Amino acid sequence: MNFAKNYLSKYGILIALLVICIVLSIATPYFFTVQNLVIVLRQVSINGILAIGVTFVIIAGGIDLSLGSVIALTGVIAAGFAHPNTYPVMMPVLVGLSAGVLIGTINGLTITIGKVAPFIVTLGMMTIARGLALVLSNGRPVTNLSPSFNFIGGGDVLHIPVPILLFALVILISSVILKYTRIGRYIYAVGGNENAAKASGIRVNRVKLFAYIMCSGLAALAGIVLASRITTGQPNAGIAYELDAIAAVVIGGTSLLGGRGSIAGTVIGVLIIGVINNGLDLLNVSSYYQQIIKGIIIIGAVLLDRKNARQ
Amino acid sequence: MNTDYILCVEHISKSFPGVKALDNVQLNVAKGEVHALMGENGAGKSTLMKILIGMLQPDSGKIIFKGQEVNFSSVHEAIAAGFSMIHQELLPFPELTVAENIFMGREPVHGWLGWINRKKLYADAKALMHKLGVTINVNRLMKTLSIAEMQMVEIAKAIANKAEVIIMDEPTSAISGREVDILFNIIRELKKEGIAIIYISHKMDEIAVIADTISVMRDGKYIGTYPANELDNKQLINLIVGRELDTIFEKRISKSGKPLLEVKKISGEKFSDISFDVSAGEIVGIAGLMGAGRTEIVQAIFGLDKIYAGDISINGKPIKISSPKEAIKNGIGLVSEDRKKTGLVLSSSVKHNITLAALKKFSPGALLNLQREKQVADEQVKKFNIKTPSSNQVVNYLSGGNQQKVVIAKVLLNDPDIIIFDEPTRGIDIGAKTEIYKMMTELAVKGKAIIMVSSELIEVLGLSNRILVVRKGRIAKELKAADATQEMIMEYAME
Ligand SMILES: Nc1ncnc2c1ncn2[C@@H]1O[C@H](COP(=O)(O)OP(=O)(O)OP(=O)(O)O)[C@@H](O)[C@H]1O
Ligand SMILES: [Mg+2]
Repeated sequence: MNFAKNYLSKYGILIALLVICIVLSIATPYFFTVQNLVIVLRQVSINGILAIGVTFVIIAGGIDLSLGSVIALTGVIAAGFAHPNTYPVMMPVLVGLSAGVLIGTINGLTITIGKVAPFIVTLGMMTIARGLALVLSNGRPVTNLSPSFNFIGGGDVLHIPVPILLFALVILISSVILKYTRIGRYIYAVGGNENAAKASGIRVNRVKLFAYIMCSGLAALAGIVLASRITTGQPNAGIAYELDAIAAVVIGGTSLLGGRGSIAGTVIGVLIIGVINNGLDLLNVSSYYQQIIKGIIIIGAVLLDRKNARQ
Repeated sequence: MNTDYILCVEHISKSFPGVKALDNVQLNVAKGEVHALMGENGAGKSTLMKILIGMLQPDSGKIIFKGQEVNFSSVHEAIAAGFSMIHQELLPFPELTVAENIFMGREPVHGWLGWINRKKLYADAKALMHKLGVTINVNRLMKTLSIAEMQMVEIAKAIANKAEVIIMDEPTSAISGREVDILFNIIRELKKEGIAIIYISHKMDEIAVIADTISVMRDGKYIGTYPANELDNKQLINLIVGRELDTIFEKRISKSGKPLLEVKKISGEKFSDISFDVSAGEIVGIAGLMGAGRTEIVQAIFGLDKIYAGDISINGKPIKISSPKEAIKNGIGLVSEDRKKTGLVLSSSVKHNITLAALKKFSPGALLNLQREKQVADEQVKKFNIKTPSSNQVVNYLSGGNQQKVVIAKVLLNDPDIIIFDEPTRGIDIGAKTEIYKMMTELAVKGKAIIMVSSELIEVLGLSNRILVVRKGRIAKELKAADATQEMIMEYAME
């Protein structure tokens, strides 16, 4: 029965998404064209990859505020290895991802072994990573990147932009991990009741570590995509990106208390935010008003969803 | 309608998604009586009480209180009207003191600004505890209390309220012996003041002592109301379960094989110098007062608490257990005392809880076999008679006793050789209790070594081959169950 309830709450948020889409289609016919929808998908793919990463952490009962800075840092690092005629394109990707994994490991170990609250650890990491990005780049954008690197964010495969393909791949793999693997199940258990998870023979620290590595690793992927898309390693990139990512996760029905949530929900949350951004741009709403409207729609969508879920 | 009744419940129905929890239920409670409400796990007792206290709203039906129809839309209103409730699941504020917990929402205040009068708050709390004969320092933080102590605070809280109807939903599930006596004395005092008490418990001996009237519910339906002295135990059980029950305790076979588990001089934070062994096919009972250190001993064996000194060996081989993972690997299972704290992930489904400690079974490769998992979980639900609309139901929505069954189903899924049951029948109805006893005996017959911690002396005596009496963290006496009595156990358990 709860199944039905779960579906209802999932549908609730899906309905919100559809309503927003219909309203926008009426307000601006251009909205509902293949061309525009592809643009929306490409725009949301970066926030989408981030949001999926932070979904892992939030289900496990934690939080990660360092995402925006990790994007900047990994973007700068990757860009440093992406100048033309230096290394093969795999190099910046691998180095960037490794940097992300390292940051996730540091976050995870400080939280589990150091027993410091996730909020504090990742808040600290937020400024450390931003500082590192500025130090490594001397505060200047890293430019002159190879065309093969720029393909990651700007290229198409079979007329589909690469970021969208990457986003889809991340959705697929993450859904499988959460639903079909032991570690996925353990993430829910740890977030739901750490003591019970421990008493069930689960190594709680490892599970948390995995979640933080997943989160920073995906943030690094997002950082690489962004750097490639803007053909620059930008140390000031990604400021406040974590907020959109966390908002998407919460809109998608994942509980900030941990133990509950899904990738499907997060994807819908990401799309709601993306569609609103795009629609307001199309409608030429001034960016000051955009912020206000976006906030109202986000709260409204969640309100509608929770009301549905309660019935 | 009889006007002697202070409270009349008429035709109440209540459904949850997939469950008809209450179906046209009635209940008439007189002033100054102890009205026992009995029924199996999931019969709807707590749901009915939550409706009375305003936590839930009925789908249909009437509540008549002192001749007037009432309709509480919040707990606040119910309390203001003169209701009070001790909840089955404790709801403490862990970071606040005992006194603050007792007067939560009703703090004495100074003047119009509403400053809390702390002096009066603590003095009143102290006086109340003194009156109740409970020796808990009211300045302590709630989180430092044992479950038994929290339960006593919860009782104090319900009584601090000047109520005319007090609902007690399994108030003794976490307390025993002396504390129960204290509670019963309190109840007798309350009766004298004309307060009506609705008392829910699965413990037959308590009902025999304290109840004046008994109402029985089954599967959300009202079965009947009877004067307590007109029902004998057997009749009552038949009414509750709706069928004849076999003998509660099976004949035990005493086996004295080689010891499977040997514990030698282990010490931990709350116990020291504990030595005992358990053979395959044997049930060893651990008795003692609340807080004697029984739970700490078994948790240490399971790797949940630290062991400072001493050795544990299985099958003669010394082993080191520093985490539950290793304990499980070595074939030990623990049905823990506190299902909310260490037993269940309340936000997860019945299925996911049952399989949580045995997921390896379902993932031969990288991926889980979800069909197989569902199949096995459904089998466990059936085998343990867990009352739930489906195995996908979130555990939090199950009745207390059914949650307990989920914990047992989960632990046994790993097929451990050494099984520790810590208060296994807490909150479980008489029918299910019988099933669990039967199951424990069967497990012993199959050659499992069983340790059972219990505050219910009847079950310790009825099931065990040997009994260890723990007092202040030490084994005070080992008794052969065949020649032990309740009195003997109590004598060794008392300080
Ligand atoms: N919030 C809820 N959502 C869904 N189902 C519920 C909810 N609360 C109770 N139920 C269901 O209603 C039924 C009655 O539950 P209730 O807690 O009243 O039983 P009970 O008689 O108190 O049992 P126990 O002796 O085990 O405490 C059970 O089947 C339970 O699963
Ligand atoms: Mg109940």
